[in-house]
Amino acid sequence: MLAAVLAVSVLVILVASVAIKAAGAFSWDFFTQPQATFGESGGGIAPAIVGTIVLVFWATVMAVPMGVLVAIYVSEFAGPRAARTVRVALDVLNGVPAIVVGIFVFGLLVVGHGQSGFYGSFALAILMIPMVSRATQEVLALVPRSLREASLGLGISRWRTVVSIVLPAAIGGIITGTILAVARAAGETAPLLFTSSIAANSVSWDASQPLQSIPLTIFTYSESPSPQDHQQAWAAALLLIVFVLIASVTARALFAWRRRRTGVDAGQP
Amino acid sequence: MRPGDLLFRAVTALAAFAAVALVVGIAYEVVRQAAPAIAHFGLAFIWNTTWNPITRDFGAGAFIVGTLVSSFFAILLAAPLAIAIALFLTELAPRWLRGPVATLVELLAAIPSVVLGLWGILVLGPFLAGTIEPWLSKWLGWLPLFSGSPSQAGMLNAILILTIMIVPIVSSITRELFLRVPRELREGSLALGTTRWEAIRGVVIPYCGPGIAAAIILGVGRAVGEAIAVTQVIGGGTTLHRSLFAPADTLASKIASSYQGASTKLEGESVLYLAAILLVIALLTNIAAQVVVRRAEKRGVL
Repeated sequence: MLAAVLAVSVLVILVASVAIKAAGAFSWDFFTQPQATFGESGGGIAPAIVGTIVLVFWATVMAVPMGVLVAIYVSEFAGPRAARTVRVALDVLNGVPAIVVGIFVFGLLVVGHGQSGFYGSFALAILMIPMVSRATQEVLALVPRSLREASLGLGISRWRTVVSIVLPAAIGGIITGTILAVARAAGETAPLLFTSSIAANSVSWDASQPLQSIPLTIFTYSESPSPQDHQQAWAAALLLIVFVLIASVTARALFAWRRRRTGVDAGQP
Repeated sequence: MRPGDLLFRAVTALAAFAAVALVVGIAYEVVRQAAPAIAHFGLAFIWNTTWNPITRDFGAGAFIVGTLVSSFFAILLAAPLAIAIALFLTELAPRWLRGPVATLVELLAAIPSVVLGLWGILVLGPFLAGTIEPWLSKWLGWLPLFSGSPSQAGMLNAILILTIMIVPIVSSITRELFLRVPRELREGSLALGTTRWEAIRGVVIPYCGPGIAAAIILGVGRAVGEAIAVTQVIGGGTTLHRSLFAPADTLASKIASSYQGASTKLEGESVLYLAAILLVIALLTNIAAQVVVRRAEKRGVL
């Protein structure tokens, strides 16, 4: 009762304050211009928007195949002990703080080579893999055994069965898991602090160099004394919230639609 | 086995092996990076509460205390709230309200931490300094916890932000647990003449005890590891204060605030030592949660 009201009102206050404070900053410039020179007003966060798109794109490319393959191994091939080991490992991976992941990638790759968008994406991918893998495992477990057995009974090879029959049946859950992982990665700041933070103030699609990102921009602007920076931070925050909310709602809708279509009662992703 | 199958199985096994290797690799690499500082300071680093670049004396003590204090108070506030929300959503709320409220609470979990931190600095901070902390100071100022002058950034702000972050996590797990309590248990209690509230208190909650414990541990793990939102609102202090109003730092927030480079090589190495300590604490918390869950599963409760 009271607690739920409290929680909901916090969310509403949060979103409302972001929306109100962001109102002034939105303009065409905001989306297309790089940062204004120090002291001037105006300018935008175009480099950060592009940077986040590139960083999350490469992170998804790294994380989804990996997460799905691991899930396939655990669900289709692994014996009970191997499956448990991998599951525990993924749970532990999920529990590693994002900032430590950033330090890990920093020491492994950035030291001696410099920052790069790919390293930032790699750090984000590490955070995404457990999410994608868990969602895939859950949805693979829901595909009825009879489907697999029928396929094998027809003489289709194991790998063909998985790729052409089991995976397509599971694709809805995999996409849902991926969307949620993408939403998470788009909002993460800590992994990028040490891997992709010192970037040029211009729009760049080149991931071999460090790239700006929306969350990091919000972070640096939030600590700045200038009110113009604060307003840009609010606007960027609104952009991020809208994106995350749309992604969450889409994932949920996809999940519910899939559930209605196949008639399978899956647990929450 | 046909060659295609063999290859496929090998590829997926390789991916699984890589995942396990990644976890081990992270632990190894983080400790390896801390090695120079460990060699220099030894284990005394852990309880040394100084962090002084000028005298080149560094220690994790102040930040470990910061991490413990912030997580402790955050879970103290968050756990009752989260359980209450879960109860509300499974037992007390009218059916038409359950879906929307549950969705809203989960959306709260999806808010990126940097946005929460921004709100914490620019909205919660002034509110705390202008309204809450003076009120606390007036009525409870005799307590060391609420002594000192109100400020926008400090431990209290961090605690509140962390609470907001943890509540959705603990609440959604607890809600799942409550939904899984067998009907016969609940109905049996009511048939024996208990009131609804007594049934909840005497049957549902004890039944879900281990699961709730695991959810709380996971929430603590989240609070321990949160770097960005905390560093935005906690003010960055390196000395220990009794008051919650004072600026402070946690292990995670200190590491985050050092991202622009340390002043000396030793300081940089010390930050890496902090990261290793943080990893150990996070892993211990994670393993504790897993142990509680597996034990409950064995007992047939989960």
